[in-house]
Order: sequence, then C-alpha cells, then structure tokens
Amino acid sequence: MNAVTALFRREFHAYFATPLAYIFLVIFLVLTGVFTFYLGSFYERSQADLESFFTFHPWLYLFLVPAIAMRLWAEERKSGTVELLLTLPISMWQAVIAKFLAAWSFIAIALALTFPMWITVNYLGAPDNGAILAAYIGSLLMAGSYLAIGVCISATTSSQVIAFIVTVVVCFFFTLAGYPLVLEAFRGWLPDTLVQLVASLGFLSHFEAIKKGVLDLRDVVYFAAMIGFWLYAGAIVIDFKKAD
Amino acid sequence: MLEIEGLCKRFDEHLVVNDLSFTVQPGEVLGFLGPNGAGKSTTMKMIAGFLRPDAGTARIGGADIVNDTLQAQSKLGYLPEGAPAYGDMRVDRFLEFMADMRSLRGELRRQRLASVVHDVHLESVLAQRIDTLSKGFRRRVGLAQAILHDPDVLILDEPTDGLDPNQKHEVRKLISNMSAEKIIVISTHILEEVEAVCSRAMIIANGRLLIDGTPLELAKRSRLHGAVTLQMKDSGEAVAALQDLPGVVTVENDEALGEITAIGNGSQNLLASINDLVRERSWPVDGVYQKHGRLDEVFRSITREALT
Ligand SMILES: Nc1ncnc2c1ncn2[C@@H]1O[C@H](COP(=O)(O)OP(=O)(O)OP(=O)(O)O)[C@@H](O)[C@H]1O
Ligand SMILES: [Mg+2]
Repeated sequence: MNAVTALFRREFHAYFATPLAYIFLVIFLVLTGVFTFYLGSFYERSQADLESFFTFHPWLYLFLVPAIAMRLWAEERKSGTVELLLTLPISMWQAVIAKFLAAWSFIAIALALTFPMWITVNYLGAPDNGAILAAYIGSLLMAGSYLAIGVCISATTSSQVIAFIVTVVVCFFFTLAGYPLVLEAFRGWLPDTLVQLVASLGFLSHFEAIKKGVLDLRDVVYFAAMIGFWLYAGAIVIDFKKAD
Repeated sequence: MLEIEGLCKRFDEHLVVNDLSFTVQPGEVLGFLGPNGAGKSTTMKMIAGFLRPDAGTARIGGADIVNDTLQAQSKLGYLPEGAPAYGDMRVDRFLEFMADMRSLRGELRRQRLASVVHDVHLESVLAQRIDTLSKGFRRRVGLAQAILHDPDVLILDEPTDGLDPNQKHEVRKLISNMSAEKIIVISTHILEEVEAVCSRAMIIANGRLLIDGTPLELAKRSRLHGAVTLQMKDSGEAVAALQDLPGVVTVENDEALGEITAIGNGSQNLLASINDLVRERSWPVDGVYQKHGRLDEVFRSITREALT
C-alpha cells in the first residue's frame, strides 16, 4: 500500500472511530427527509423529479460539511501529529489531497444513503434518471467545494470549534454570494466589475441548473476550480503555520 | 552520514538556532544537551524536515532535507518531542498504518512489526486505544514507530522522558544494540544517560554549539576532575599544607562533612603527592579518594557562562 492510500484509509476510518460519523449520517438523512417532504412540498408538486430534494442541499451542506471538515487539520495541530505526518515520506500535497478525499468519500456515502428518495420517486412516477444522476454528481461537487473551504480554515487553527464557526461563516458568504443580501454589502464600496465577480461566485447560482438535473460544464468547472483553489490555499496555510 | 551545515532558525526576532554545523558518522550516538529553550527540538525539527531552516541545511545519507525532502525523510526515523500519535487508533493499527506510510510490504512488514513490538515491549497494550495509554507507553509507541522501518538515521527527542527505571534501562539497551551501524541523535536532560549510551555529546545554549566531545572529554572539563578529597577534621595545618603543594589551585574545607578537597589545575595528578604528604605528616585520615568530573557540573558551569 502506498502512503497516499494508507493516509486516505486512516482518515476515512477515523470518522467511524467516534460516534460522529453515525450522528452525522442520521442527521443528514433525517434532515433531507424533513426538507424534501415538508418544506419542499414533494407530494404537492406532483412532479416525478427530485428538485425539491436537491434544492435544500446547499443549506444542509452549509452546517454539516464544516462539521466534517473541522477536525481534518485542527486536530492534527492540536495533538502534534502534524509533525509526525509531515516528517513521513509523503509530500504536503499528497497529505492534503488524501485527507480531502477521505472526507469527501464520507460525504459521498451520506449522499448515496439517500437512495430511498430515488426509489420513492421511481415508484410514484417515471422520472428522468439521467437528470437525477447529474444532480447527484453536481451536488457532490458542490459538497466538495464546501469541504475544501473547511480544509483551508481547519488548517489555520488548532481549535475545532473555531474552525467550524469560521467555516460556516465563509461558506454562508459563498452560498449567497449571488444574492442581494451579500451583494448590497459590497455595492457601496467595490467597483461594479468586482461586485459582478462576487456575484458570479455564489454556490446557489451555480447550483440552480444542477438541481434541475442539468450539469453545465461551466458549473462543473466552477466547483472544480473552487476545490482546487481552497486546497491550494490550505496547503500554503499549513506550510506557513507549521511552527505554531 | 548526517551532515548539518550552517543551520539557522529565527522565530520572530529571536535567533533560536544560530549557525549550527556538525557531522555524525554511522556508529555514533550523539547526545544533544542544553538548557530548556536552547533550541534542541527546533534543530531536530529542521533535520527531520518539519521546519524549513532560515539558512543552512541537513543532509541525510547524501539527500538534502530542503531540496530532496522525501528521499531524506525515507532514511530517517523521528520521535518528535512529546511523542505525538493518533489517539483514536489502537496501538497495533497505528503501527500498521505507520508501516504502510513507510511502504513496508509482505513478509518484511510482518517481521518488522513483530520485531518492534517485541523490542519496545508493547505486547500488553496492542489492542488499546493510544489516548488511553499511560505516558510511558505512549513514549514507547512513539519509539516503536521511529525504528519501525529500520532507518539509517534516528532522531529521538527525549526518548526516555516519562519511562520507569526498568524501561529506561531497556530503551538504553535498545539504543546501544542498534548503534553499531546507525546514526543516532538523542536529546535528553538526563546526564547519566549520556554517559550510559552516547559516544559523543554536544551542549548547546541559545542555539549555539558550546562544546562537542566524548562524555569523558566533557567530564574532564569539570573543575573537580582529578580533585582529591581527604576525609578528616582539619587540625589547622592541613589546608595550608595542601595549598602549598605544586599543582593545587584551591583547597575547600567542608567542616560539616569533615572533608577537605584539593582542586588541581587538571594538568597534574595530585593523588600521589597528597598520599605522600598524608603519610609524612601522619594525619588521621579516614579515607582518600580521587573525584571524577561530573557532567552535570560541567553542564552547569558551561551553560551558565553562555547565558550570562
Ligand atoms: N513556533 C514557535 N514560535 C516562537 N518561538 C518558538 C517556537 N518554537 C520554539 N520557540 C522558541 O524557541 C526556543 C527553543 O525552543 P526548543 O523547543 O527548540 O528548545 P529545547 O532546547 O528543545 O528546550 P527543552 O529542553 O525545553 O525541550 C524557545 O525559546 C522557544 O520558546
Ligand atoms: Mg525540546
């Protein structure tokens, strides 16, 4: 087994070493159910699709993904194991990616466990299963972006609580970046082109098409770029703040 | 070979490691000594490739830790200060994980795991979670992971801190047994350990190398090295007579203990001439013995000088 695989496996198993993983899965599944059937008016819409299910994913991720991300580097720093990890023959990059992939896989499992939704909608009608698959993939990509933000912020502190709170705040900003609430705050003092830029960074705007089952290449590139950027920033932060 | 060249590290405005250079050959066990905050751990972190030096570098078997980090790290076993380990893992799972991180495979992997568990005496805690271990056992787990891949170079930051006397002895034996073909650098505050396992000792303070030599050479620097102590009550003449002997620098009279100590300049053996004097004057002496320099005394005097 090579070092990246070994680290991936350790990190993945670490979630199940505490009750956190099971609590997370239960909360995630209960909330998707509640949101879809009560808030999303799944039945009332009488449509054979999962849009009312996917609509709430950004809001679920906003609180649940930071809980998954917070321990990734903050815990290593708190317990001093970061010194052990980074003196093993594994590069910083490999370590960052292995840990990210482990957490992302865990989220993928949570997402996959929502399959009863898909069974229900297929039982009730004849949905476009290709569109549902596309929306699942898009949702996972968006979760990856939330997670990458969490990785970077977790690297800045040795306190998991601080990592969680700051990540939620930053993620909240990116979730709503295309909406007046955030844009108004910038309009007064930023030039219009920059306000446009901020507007184009919103998760909700990029998820708009995806939740309907349309996987636009631009949205895919956007989320992939978010993941790349935040992981890169995370690696720099770890390198920079190693000594503290 | 381990080559350290001009290593420097600055934290804020404070120069913590100041132009440190030395070379260690296979077979040497180097004891790294110095007061708290001297820069021992910082130096070790740089050698292990965790902190990047502000200047200088370390080469491990020819591989440069700054430019060729992974190659250098693969030849290195490192026990960081405080022996950090993943608390949520069982001891056996942790060691297996470390074996995988070191890319050990198949029979070799199995054999190395069994061997370190035996050498560090971890059999009884294999199935225990690391965060429930006692301090000494944690340290031993840290030691086990450092020697797991049988590295050429071992950097151990306070390897026996928190161990019971039996385990201290075991770990020193382990280090001695491994030392023949390896390069071992240990930092410690236990000076008897230096005498027991190290073939070479260095004292640093304020990030500077103060002295480098065998433990015996260091001990010889002691003011008391070669001094002769007479167990007797001073009748009045002894102190004066000793003072007049050639080679004697000072004479200390400890009335409470009933001991008179003649301290030489280190170049002359005082024992013979003092014995003659005692016989000649028929002093009522209960005992005569020669002192060896003590490392802790050398440590204190050298570091006190440097810090003032
Ligand atoms: N990350 C850091 N930021 C600022 N100062 C630091 C940092 N790490 C170490 N120092 C300082 O560097 C100096 C040397 O620390 P170091 O841990 O190397 O000492 P040491 O010789 O190992 O001491 P000890 O015997 O107590 O283990 C200390 O003054 C310490 O406060
Ligand atoms: Mg130290």
